[in-house]
Amino acid sequence: MSNLVEIRWHARGGQGAKTASTLLAESALSAGKYVQGFPEYGPERMGAPILAFNRIGDEPITIHSNVDSPDVVMVLDPSLIGPVNVAEGLKEGGVIVVNTDLDPESVREKLGAGGNYTVATVDASGIAVATIGRDIPNTPMIGALLKLREFLPFESFMERMRIDLERKFQGRKGVVEGNINAMRRAYQEVKQA
Amino acid sequence: MASEKKQVAMTGNEAVANAIRQINPDVMAAYPITPQTDIVQFYSTFAANGLVDTQMVTVESEHSAMSATVGASAAGSRAMTATSSQGLALMHEILHIASGFRLPIAMPVVNRAVSAPINIHCDHSDTMAALTTGWIQLYGESAQEAYDNMIQAVKIAEDPRVRLPVMVCYDGFITSHAVENLVLVPDDAVKAFVGEYKSEYGLFDFEKPITFGPLVLPDYFSELKAQQSDAMLAAKEVILEVAEEYEKISGRKYGYFEAYKLDDAERVIVVLSSAAGTTKAVVDELRAAGEKVGLLKPRVLRPFPAEELVKALSGAKVVAVMDRAETFSTQGGQLFAEIRSAFYEASKKPLIKNYIFGLGGRDTTTSDIRKVYEELKKDQERGSVDRKVTHLDVRV
Repeated sequence: MSNLVEIRWHARGGQGAKTASTLLAESALSAGKYVQGFPEYGPERMGAPILAFNRIGDEPITIHSNVDSPDVVMVLDPSLIGPVNVAEGLKEGGVIVVNTDLDPESVREKLGAGGNYTVATVDASGIAVATIGRDIPNTPMIGALLKLREFLPFESFMERMRIDLERKFQGRKGVVEGNINAMRRAYQEVKQA
Repeated sequence: MASEKKQVAMTGNEAVANAIRQINPDVMAAYPITPQTDIVQFYSTFAANGLVDTQMVTVESEHSAMSATVGASAAGSRAMTATSSQGLALMHEILHIASGFRLPIAMPVVNRAVSAPINIHCDHSDTMAALTTGWIQLYGESAQEAYDNMIQAVKIAEDPRVRLPVMVCYDGFITSHAVENLVLVPDDAVKAFVGEYKSEYGLFDFEKPITFGPLVLPDYFSELKAQQSDAMLAAKEVILEVAEEYEKISGRKYGYFEAYKLDDAERVIVVLSSAAGTTKAVVDELRAAGEKVGLLKPRVLRPFPAEELVKALSGAKVVAVMDRAETFSTQGGQLFAEIRSAFYEASKKPLIKNYIFGLGGRDTTTSDIRKVYEELKKDQERGSVDRKVTHLDVRV
């Protein structure tokens, strides 16, 4: 299980974290990986804090529990920092990616002292509004993730992602292009410290 | 790399819906609201898109869903439904009628807790409460196993030596709603495998008229129940035959249970479904450290393969049977009771203890499993178990 990457998504209901974990799993599978993608189901209300998870690796994955010591934490809503201990269990040398227009240093301050991990920020909401026309930050967050953890070659992953998005948004070409552009922009614009 | 065969990413429910699409039953009856699973939602899309010939029947409750399925099956068609949790509880009365009528209905059951308190998450209290209804029960660890069991269930149920309904059980949310890798068998291979259903006794067979549901008084009732039990015994053989045949089209092996690194294992966990996968990861880790640990994952609970389980576990020194449902007997879970009872005549018995775990979806992690193996080690050193029944990971 040496190449296993475990990801935990923090978001609010309606931001598309479940879709992000599913899309990431599907596209990673198409790229030849073994995958899991699953949300933690609760009272499914818009705005409630939610979790979703991924495991992606080169060997079959038999563990069927939530991810409690992730390699990567994805935070789709920065207002969760504080009320939720988003860095909980984050592995040493891991990375936490936050959707915010703040720089990584300021976010690290908010997260508090300690923790041997990278903090990365990307204005996924701003990018989503500019490219997709709505504040759905899930796909740009995937773009940022691929920059920080090159467990999949970006261009071939994007080819797979296009196919998966086309299947998901049948006939809505603008939505597909918007999401692809959002991911490319986030891939370029993500900052880390 | 996951490249030997065409891998697809699907949730457990999507995989099972695809198995049913490939089986293409004549009738699918369903209560279309929660606790129905999205199996039926996927399936109704297949039906609407003309991928199957199935007559979809939406009904007002699970009691009616099973009743409609019973009616359709008695009429001579291949009929199915799907359910979960309270839904299975509500159809309980008709479960007995399906098995008593000897109707070969195959039904996926997504294992979820039964209220109260209200909870939508995984445990096995729904199907454990249905163990005495005369249905065969198969359990699967993953989306792949749920899919494979669904296809095999049809053939087991319809075998003339069996003619009993089958539940295909897998874990709610953990398996039903998680996307993971699996490999589908080609449509035409599944079609050929299950074959065309020809019921031997159908209400529409006017050459050989038959009555379903007559009154049977004490003069014959016992005989009919004994016949059901005989059919359940016959299913033991059929389950293995079907597994062997299925291996030819899928390349995947199935039996009464999966023995994982069990041969020389001294400390063994017995656990159903998804938690067995998590246990495998811990077994691998402990084996790498030289620990003689193993896993037995039952697949078939009805019929109960008592002799085979005893044989497989006879080399163990201490066994933890883990149950994902309470019985409130105060004497442990159902699987524990049955495995312990199976050892009554055995000359060589391991120490056996019970853990009740994962109720209402409580996450069962590798550290929980590690803790169980640690406790088994202490029991082995002591030569006795410290507690017969433990609720795992429960605040006191």
